[in-house]
Amino acid sequence: MTETGIGARVARKEDQRFIMGKGRYVDDIHLPRETYAYFLRSPHAHAKIDAIDTGAAREAPGVLAVLTGEDAAADKIGGLICGWMIHSMDGSPMKAGPHPVLAQGKVRYVGDHVAVVVAETLAQAKSAAELIDVSYTELDPVVDPADAPKNQSLVHDGIERNTAFEWSLGNKDATDAEFVKAAHVTKLEIRNNRLIPNAIEPRAAIGSYDPAEEHFTLYTTSQNPHVARLVISAFVGIAPEHKLRVIAPDVGGGFGSKIFIYAEEVVCLWASKRIGGRPVRWTAERSESFLADAHGRDHVTTAELACDRNGKIVALRAHTIANMGAYLSTFASSVPTYLYATLLSGQYNIPQIFCEVDAVYTNTAPVDAYRGAGRPEATYVVERLVETAARELKLDPAEFRRRNFVTQFPHQTPVIMAYDAGDYHASLNRALELADFNGFAARKAESGRKGKLRGIGYSTYIEACGIAPSAAVGSLGCGVGLWESAEVRVNPVGTVEVLTGSHSHGQGHETTFAQLVSDRLGVPLDQVSIVHGDTDKVQFGMGTYGSRSGAVGMSAIAKALDKIEAKARKVAAHVMEAAEGDIEFRNGSFTVKGTDRKMGFGEVALAAYVAHKFPTSEIEPGLKEGAFHDPTNFTFPAGCHICELEVDPETGVVTIAKWTAVDDFGTLINPLIVEGQVHGGIAQGVGQALTEGAIYDEESGQLITGSYMDYCMPRASDLPSFTLGFVETRCPSNPLGMKGCGEAGAIAAPAAVMNALTDALGVRDLPMPATPQVVWEVAAARQAAE
Amino acid sequence: MPAVAMTVNGSKVSGDVEGRTLLVDFLRNQLNLTGTHVGCDTSQCGACTVLIDGRAVKSCTVLAASCGGAEVTTIEGLARNGKLHPMQEAFREHHGLQCGFCTPGMIMTAVDMVNRKGKSLSEETVRHELEGNICRCTGYHNIVKSIQAGASRM
Repeated sequence: MTETGIGARVARKEDQRFIMGKGRYVDDIHLPRETYAYFLRSPHAHAKIDAIDTGAAREAPGVLAVLTGEDAAADKIGGLICGWMIHSMDGSPMKAGPHPVLAQGKVRYVGDHVAVVVAETLAQAKSAAELIDVSYTELDPVVDPADAPKNQSLVHDGIERNTAFEWSLGNKDATDAEFVKAAHVTKLEIRNNRLIPNAIEPRAAIGSYDPAEEHFTLYTTSQNPHVARLVISAFVGIAPEHKLRVIAPDVGGGFGSKIFIYAEEVVCLWASKRIGGRPVRWTAERSESFLADAHGRDHVTTAELACDRNGKIVALRAHTIANMGAYLSTFASSVPTYLYATLLSGQYNIPQIFCEVDAVYTNTAPVDAYRGAGRPEATYVVERLVETAARELKLDPAEFRRRNFVTQFPHQTPVIMAYDAGDYHASLNRALELADFNGFAARKAESGRKGKLRGIGYSTYIEACGIAPSAAVGSLGCGVGLWESAEVRVNPVGTVEVLTGSHSHGQGHETTFAQLVSDRLGVPLDQVSIVHGDTDKVQFGMGTYGSRSGAVGMSAIAKALDKIEAKARKVAAHVMEAAEGDIEFRNGSFTVKGTDRKMGFGEVALAAYVAHKFPTSEIEPGLKEGAFHDPTNFTFPAGCHICELEVDPETGVVTIAKWTAVDDFGTLINPLIVEGQVHGGIAQGVGQALTEGAIYDEESGQLITGSYMDYCMPRASDLPSFTLGFVETRCPSNPLGMKGCGEAGAIAAPAAVMNALTDALGVRDLPMPATPQVVWEVAAARQAAE
Repeated sequence: MPAVAMTVNGSKVSGDVEGRTLLVDFLRNQLNLTGTHVGCDTSQCGACTVLIDGRAVKSCTVLAASCGGAEVTTIEGLARNGKLHPMQEAFREHHGLQCGFCTPGMIMTAVDMVNRKGKSLSEETVRHELEGNICRCTGYHNIVKSIQAGASRM
């Protein structure tokens, strides 16, 4: 390992601009003659639009345009799409309701886009929006997902029972047969609470049309600018791809919510053309983020685990109602299906699994991937079942897990996945050691003396990341391939630019990707720059989500670096007049075996560009290579998180006393950054378990938790410092052995918290978020019973 | 529109503002000091935190017109003569930021925290004092470490 190579704890290169206030986020960018968009949003969850009178608004000071769904239809602006086709059990394709960029005929959730006002100033746009007169006929809203199939009200006319699809995975009969003969069955009713992603940078977009070139530019807060361009071109039909440039500059967090293609960015592009090419900018207010960013989770599940008399798991079955919200967002259908049910085997050898998923529409914001996307929901089901079963069987929860761990690899689960490598005993054992499990009983007794209740809970999670082999996801319904691309440009002086289709919005790619280059080429870190987030610079890319940028994105870079090295060897051989086979490359130097002839990487780069000393009929001048990497399998990060917490029964306040996480991410490129990813994930998972929950009023469909005063984001004082450890089994399916680390914490944490909390309180189950009110009620009831 | 004059990062500035113009909008849109961020509408997230006359204030809660004669320091004004402030250095060294959006507010809050609480800050103090700053990326672990380290070097 070099000081800056793979495995080095290097401080991040990109931090310089952020700590100086020189980051460049979309809202920091200003274009000449720009104008402001303001969206009029639906105040109703479900209503028919009878008429929209925009007359007064059009006449208001500074107003340049007022556009509605009728205008979009007249201009043939297409609707938004869901890019993953799911087929129901009866073979029928999923029923995707139309998703216009501005409402046509009906509004389907509070915050739905009704009209846009474009004006010289934001204040003028907002004031004019108040003059738009919309006549609505309110309809009964569908709010509760469990009730949606029975609700007489239909979110989309013609989509019966408000059901997008009824899907299943696994062998139902074989699974049911195991349950019939099982010695013990554990059953839980689980609500995986609805979350609002809340990247601290609100979404923003600037659309700019150049009438002379008939060319559009979109600055947007995107995790995958090329996918945005593809969808906006091919489906929305704004412009062909070569006439649309999408730039995602510095992006202030995404967590999934910035994967998707949203109405606002499309409308800014279209509106710019409508007003003759002046740029149109929009930045969400936080209240708009709450209303109209895609939300996450929201599963209602009945789950059962069957065990034999030896404490071996024999089967798992689950029925889940997944709330899709009002429209199918960009990748919404994949989340409760192939990203969820495929992980229901957890770290365990479970012979039979069957899962049914009913995806339903409700009059709520669209629900799509949020950090972990399906895998936190699966982990919660599995780990709560396993913990509960162990307690019911009077087995130590760690021992019960050990008894059922997968230990042989590769391991084919009954739900598609083939686990390739892992050591689940090692992560559990190391976590127990780091958590000082042996001292827990004494700590619990000490808490008891203070009138507090202490509990401990595990979560031995697994996830499937790096998504994924293109052919595999294609066969499962994905509309795109999930490879990644890279281009390595070596400049004549030996500095290196890497263009990547991955996108960094906090993950530190400018550092970790440069570490790979430094490691491979022996070039100092400050002579490597990483270019991303601009479709005019990077040829194509699939973006960053699903913890894929290391395993897939860096693998593409590694392949391009292989080609760079191969070509540089040829050049070096010619210049040093040696056979290519005698050239050795180490620590940034090319040497001729057995001689003192030597060229630095920079010298070879220069030789490649001046092209004086090799036959250009055989070797092209220059040193630039590209690669596309399509993975051969998912990757399977796994580990063990242990939460130890203390409850104050007088107040219901839960204090996390100690958090231990031992994760296996395969090769670590930069442990400093990996640890940061784990910390952030845990915080989001703890938020889900204890503080966060999106609540819609059951009667009106109004979002009750629409601001930071109502939706409780975890604060610094809600969390402890974390104790981390790592186990490393290399991933065999990519050249670097990486598995991915971005989502682990959010996947593992909720079950660890709730297992600890139910342990502390001595109850079987609790709903998330277990706020002080929830906890206090349980604690008070318990004390009353005593 | 009333004119307002104040000192921002050591320079005298002035501009015409509407009565309703918030300080954060004046800084971002009129002075082009875009390091101060807006993350919410309700003064909870703290991304807009600046120092006014040496005290940390959420610049989304202050009218620009009310800052006449004030000394305002934003994230852009912390480094001196090309040298980063110790708190900025500490955030980089301890990986106290990921997406960077909450970072300016975190750093300004941290500077104020040291000014009020001294250079030796317990973890508990730092966590309590961060009540008004939300970070979605870091889980606060490394922010707390950064602030403790930065404080000791101020």
